[in-house]
Amino acid sequence: MNKKKWYNYLWIWSIIYFTLGFFNILFAWLGMIDFLVPLGFALFGGNKHFCNRYCGRGQLFSKLGFSCKCSRNKPTPKWMSLKWFRYGFLVFFLTMFGVMIFNTYLVAAGAETLKEAIKLFWTFSVPWDWTYTVGLVPDWVAQFAFGFYSLMLTSTLIGLIVMVFFKPRTWCAFCPMGTMTQTICKIKNKDETK
Amino acid sequence: MAKKLACVDKRRCVACGACTVVCPKNAIAIHKGCYAFVKSENCIGCGKCEKVCPAGCITIKEREQDE
Repeated sequence: MNKKKWYNYLWIWSIIYFTLGFFNILFAWLGMIDFLVPLGFALFGGNKHFCNRYCGRGQLFSKLGFSCKCSRNKPTPKWMSLKWFRYGFLVFFLTMFGVMIFNTYLVAAGAETLKEAIKLFWTFSVPWDWTYTVGLVPDWVAQFAFGFYSLMLTSTLIGLIVMVFFKPRTWCAFCPMGTMTQTICKIKNKDETK
Repeated sequence: MAKKLACVDKRRCVACGACTVVCPKNAIAIHKGCYAFVKSENCIGCGKCEKVCPAGCITIKEREQDE
């Protein structure tokens, strides 16, 4: 097995992130790191070093799936890694991201009030009001945090579900960030990938 | 040289890098964020990469005689 490097422990970051958000929702903003860094690697470096080395979520799934044996370790259904599903899921995810940004805008513009709840699977509203005291920051900042945390938690839950049923890292097959960064890399390195 | 070798279906690879983590010989790497490729001279055909691949795009095949 390869020698352990510092970045092999980034799965701890995933746990810290969700724990922090459980106590103070404003920490949800830290999730932007997991959103911008992979895009940075892809846009400027033309690589997927984030997925390959630094993704804490992927590592967490590996840890739970392999080391803790929480995965059945069955082959991922083929359709989950097919292009139409990957791109379809990416479009769906970006649409939901857009809806979340729009909700933030509505709160910023004063058309909506701040909702201290998180929405799981874009459907189930879960009260999360102990994590925030109204007035601490502008309402839209808090609204974004609730929205972003919902997105992060939902995608992790989906990842955990497919981890249990299939391979530990089945989520990676259709992870929207993974699809997006791979597409950027393919466009950037067009001549060499033929 | 080992009798077997890992082969990647480039078109289905999601370039996640799960295979690179488990390879005991550093024989598999992600090429420019696009797909995994196998350094055939290093590959011992152990099948660890095939086992972890979430896209199921790696298969272990018999090496050709002339390789």
